[in-house]
Amino acid sequence: MTLVAQSVEQPPRTKRRSPLAETWDNLRKSWAGMVGLTLIVLHILIATTSPVWIPRDPLEMNAKIRTQAPSAEHLMGTDKLGRDVFSRSMVGGRVTMVVTLIAISIAVVWGGLLGIVLGLVNGRADELIMRFVDALLSIPWLLIILLIVSVLGTKMWVQALTFGFTYGILTVRVARAATLDFVTSEFVLAARARGERKRTIVIKELIPNVRDVLLVDGAMNWSWMLLGFTSLSFLGFGVTPPTPDWGFMIAKNREILGVQPWAVFGPVVMLGTLIIGINLFADAFAKALGLDRSQGAPV
Amino acid sequence: MIILIARRLILSLVTLFIISLIVYVGVEALPGDSATGYLGQWATPESLAALREEFGLNDPIHVRYINWLGDILRGDLGVSMVKRKPVAELIGNRFRNTVVLTITSALVGIPLAIILGVIAGLMRDKLPDVIISTTSIVAMTLPGFVTATVLIYIFAIRLEWFPAITLVPSDVSVIELLDTMLLPIITLTMIMVAHILRLVRTNMIDVMVSDYVQMARLKGVPARQIVFKHALPNAMLPTINIVALTLAWLVGGVAIIETVFNFPGIGKLLIDAITDRDFALVQGIAMILSGIYIALNLTADLLSLVLNPKLRTARGH
Repeated sequence: MTLVAQSVEQPPRTKRRSPLAETWDNLRKSWAGMVGLTLIVLHILIATTSPVWIPRDPLEMNAKIRTQAPSAEHLMGTDKLGRDVFSRSMVGGRVTMVVTLIAISIAVVWGGLLGIVLGLVNGRADELIMRFVDALLSIPWLLIILLIVSVLGTKMWVQALTFGFTYGILTVRVARAATLDFVTSEFVLAARARGERKRTIVIKELIPNVRDVLLVDGAMNWSWMLLGFTSLSFLGFGVTPPTPDWGFMIAKNREILGVQPWAVFGPVVMLGTLIIGINLFADAFAKALGLDRSQGAPV
Repeated sequence: MIILIARRLILSLVTLFIISLIVYVGVEALPGDSATGYLGQWATPESLAALREEFGLNDPIHVRYINWLGDILRGDLGVSMVKRKPVAELIGNRFRNTVVLTITSALVGIPLAIILGVIAGLMRDKLPDVIISTTSIVAMTLPGFVTATVLIYIFAIRLEWFPAITLVPSDVSVIELLDTMLLPIITLTMIMVAHILRLVRTNMIDVMVSDYVQMARLKGVPARQIVFKHALPNAMLPTINIVALTLAWLVGGVAIIETVFNFPGIGKLLIDAITDRDFALVQGIAMILSGIYIALNLTADLLSLVLNPKLRTARGH
């Protein structure tokens, strides 16, 4: 009985539209959220500054020191071509982070706007476009991305657009569902009664209200995109060698997993801490905003 | 009720039609065409032209699409120009292998996910919940190839319990296959459990604070009875949909796991086909995977329709 009784207690609900300061205060109280934020900030710092302070040139090959275990010279040892794993792991997230961060902005903007507009008009056009969205969501995500990248190549801007478009499809649903909660609310009805134009309603009434949902969704989506992009990279469709990249490093260094596991652990730890950091932060961020974090797989 | 089911069926067919359009146009947009794939480096302008004529590659795209769709509807997936074999033959046993892999993972994973999800939901924010929820976030959000690589390191290299990769041809018997695929199954199960248990947990929490559970509690119904008779059945309903979605996701995302373990399945075949620009093969596999996805979703919809009286009268979303 005690077990049941305790599960009934619900955390106090915060106000839905808390100002920035209040959100920050809530966030600060969350232990997990602060760990997450710290991890993200650390990763961004490493990605931006690492080329200056890494001990070795990440591209420099040396046949004499192939596949070596960690030492004072090489903190995480070397890979099959004698390159320094530590240095490569530090810079290995740069392309991934740039591409996914640009892509996430694209996804939030196009997916968010389309979703809001669809939620507002909610008629024939809405039904038709949602059919299309559902159809796109039923094609395996990996196939869509692989197809687009095969057609358009692996340039960074192509990948950013591809990921922005593909993952934005998920955002369309989220934004539409959130908008539907508001279109029948008094302030939107009042705006309609005043004869406001649709564009004004979207900008003045809907975007400010759906914004929190979109921010949390964006943080979540960033984590899914990292999963997607590094998978692509793992399969050899991501970053062009010899540029160091976590996904590709894991794919290549798996061959020496038994002899020099650090060549795999390096990129795994870097990628893992970033993804876990984002998730811890997204969870706490959603709670701080008074939202339940939406859960779901990237199709 | 019948109208509702018919409506769902028709919607599924429409979705499948749209997918076929997207897949066909998407694959046709790949650089090169089947004729260059077929002839490879021996292609001369004359032989290319002759081949294109022979296979009708000079027809406008909508004519080719309609022909292709007609063939698919008759069960003919076409011929792979790169491998010079019928697509159906290439897929053959690999489809079975992927099905065995995913079904086994699902049979282990779904019950496990429900049990763990209920425990976590009932003990919300207590230590067991924190452990289960944290592990599930990690398993769910780390890329499959990372989870697989870590598991390979622990179980195949350190402990030497399982082989690191599958080294059997695609046409071995199911028993032999199962023997070599424990590690892929464990990886897939972990990811699947993580996805499903999070939803079960959320549902359980929602149900436990609902009016009827509170009412039962006020009436003095024993805790165990509340959980098993009142809460569980209601928490399970929304789970049906997520199970279908997760299975469908598995069918697609399994490609990476199969590649990591060199598993002879349809997902690895798809990735190889894209690398080889094997048009007919990519199209065939894409249609099969999307078809499964839609069938699973439809089943889940119909199942929740049958199990939940409230939905029967409501308009479909």
